[in-house]
Amino acid sequence: MQPDRHAPPSSLSRARTRAFRLNGRAHAALVADHVLLLDYLREGLGLTGTKRGCDGGECGACTVLIDGRPRLACLTRAGECAGHQVETIEGLADGGRMSPLQRAFHERLGTQCGYCTPGMIMAAEGLLRRNPDPDEAAIRAALAGNICRCTGYVKIIEAVQSAAGSAR
Amino acid sequence: MSVLPEFRVLAPRSVAAAIAAGRQRATRFVAGGTDLMANLRHGIGAPATLIDLRGIRALRGIVVGPRGLSLGAAVTLAELAGHARVAKDYPALAQAAAAVGGPAHREAGTVGGNLCLDTRCVFYNRGDWWREANGHCLKYQGDTCHVAPTGRRCHAAFSGDLAPALLVHGAEVEIAGPDGQRRMPLGELYAEDGAAHLRLATGEFLVRVLLPPAPWPAAYAKARARGAIDFPLAGVAVALRVGAHGVAGLRVALTGTNARPFLLAGTEALLGARVDAGWCAELGKLVQKQVSPMRTTLLAAQYRRRAASALVERLAVTLADATAASARDGHEMVRQAK
Repeated sequence: MQPDRHAPPSSLSRARTRAFRLNGRAHAALVADHVLLLDYLREGLGLTGTKRGCDGGECGACTVLIDGRPRLACLTRAGECAGHQVETIEGLADGGRMSPLQRAFHERLGTQCGYCTPGMIMAAEGLLRRNPDPDEAAIRAALAGNICRCTGYVKIIEAVQSAAGSAR
Repeated sequence: MSVLPEFRVLAPRSVAAAIAAGRQRATRFVAGGTDLMANLRHGIGAPATLIDLRGIRALRGIVVGPRGLSLGAAVTLAELAGHARVAKDYPALAQAAAAVGGPAHREAGTVGGNLCLDTRCVFYNRGDWWREANGHCLKYQGDTCHVAPTGRRCHAAFSGDLAPALLVHGAEVEIAGPDGQRRMPLGELYAEDGAAHLRLATGEFLVRVLLPPAPWPAAYAKARARGAIDFPLAGVAVALRVGAHGVAGLRVALTGTNARPFLLAGTEALLGARVDAGWCAELGKLVQKQVSPMRTTLLAAQYRRRAASALVERLAVTLADATAASARDGHEMVRQAK
């Protein structure tokens, strides 16, 4: 955990309770205004599936869904989520079974080192909910903000196409 | 737990409440925060209070009607890019909105935020240790511009995509603040100074953007280092009206090359002529004379200068061709109707 550079806490940093839904369950977050969603998820809740990549909105590794739409947890304050639905990679598997996208990334070798994978899958998940049958251009557009340094993106796009196909 | 400096957030529900909140010391207005959070993370700025404007009804909504287009400052870029009527009547605006960042930035980022984007520079958009090691810079905490050390002003470039697409349509902005509401042409919001490019008084914020009806055909294009997601090295909007006697109207606006987005001056000299190679060369020269890219990006300034003029020429030709094609289709339909 990174030290708080601006300790000691003052009245400004007093945490407030905010209610939102996290991966389908009601959640009450006790969190200060200046805490980012990425830090809250990883360090407050231990949900480390959401990755810290560039930490500046450039790589997409921390992509989560808020109300079903892709958002970058490194640029979003945790407090902004009050009253909304937040979904992370941890929420996709159901009772020990991988979601269709997770299975497709596994079977189609869409994952190499795996660091970008949670962000890729969440961005793709947001796309498939809006558009269950996307063409390649739509997949590329939806994943435009997600960087992968291992693959050439080919297997990633095939994995999304495969998940969309298996849902048909 | 936070990597950000400490601040608290207020979320006013009305323009009046936001103005009142803005009277406190060390406040910053925020909407999507895609620009501000990254800067705060880099130790740029230390506001005590952020005022989140997205809960204010007057800042929401897209209205297209006989009086033109009214765009709330808190409308997200994804909303704007995906709005069918905007895409049909003001395609340059939809193209510019769709060209901002990646999909997740557009879900969070807003019209007002993109218009009030901070200026950018390779010596500024860095971590605090990096900037401190370099003696800071004229824009923040230092006294030398590393881009032009002998000069006395900051050359950081404005990099919002929406502004040029709005400028070519003659946009006005509605601003609220402690002295009431005012309305002015969008171009007057900006000054050619990278360290103070917004002409907003303390406590003032954007409420709406207004565009007149009957827009000319227009388009937006940008050059960027990462094709999938990046700020413009040069971004251009062109609005072109072609009549029976050649070019009847031409407006060109640019972003990414100067400390402010601006409308190209002197385009009236190009009216009344056909869009051909000679005309394009003249237009390109006009662009190259007025843009002033400096070494604020990793790519050479001269590349940005050329990219700006090439994009303007290309868009002008595309728009002229589209007008000619729709005129032919129109004649064809009239003939068939007879």
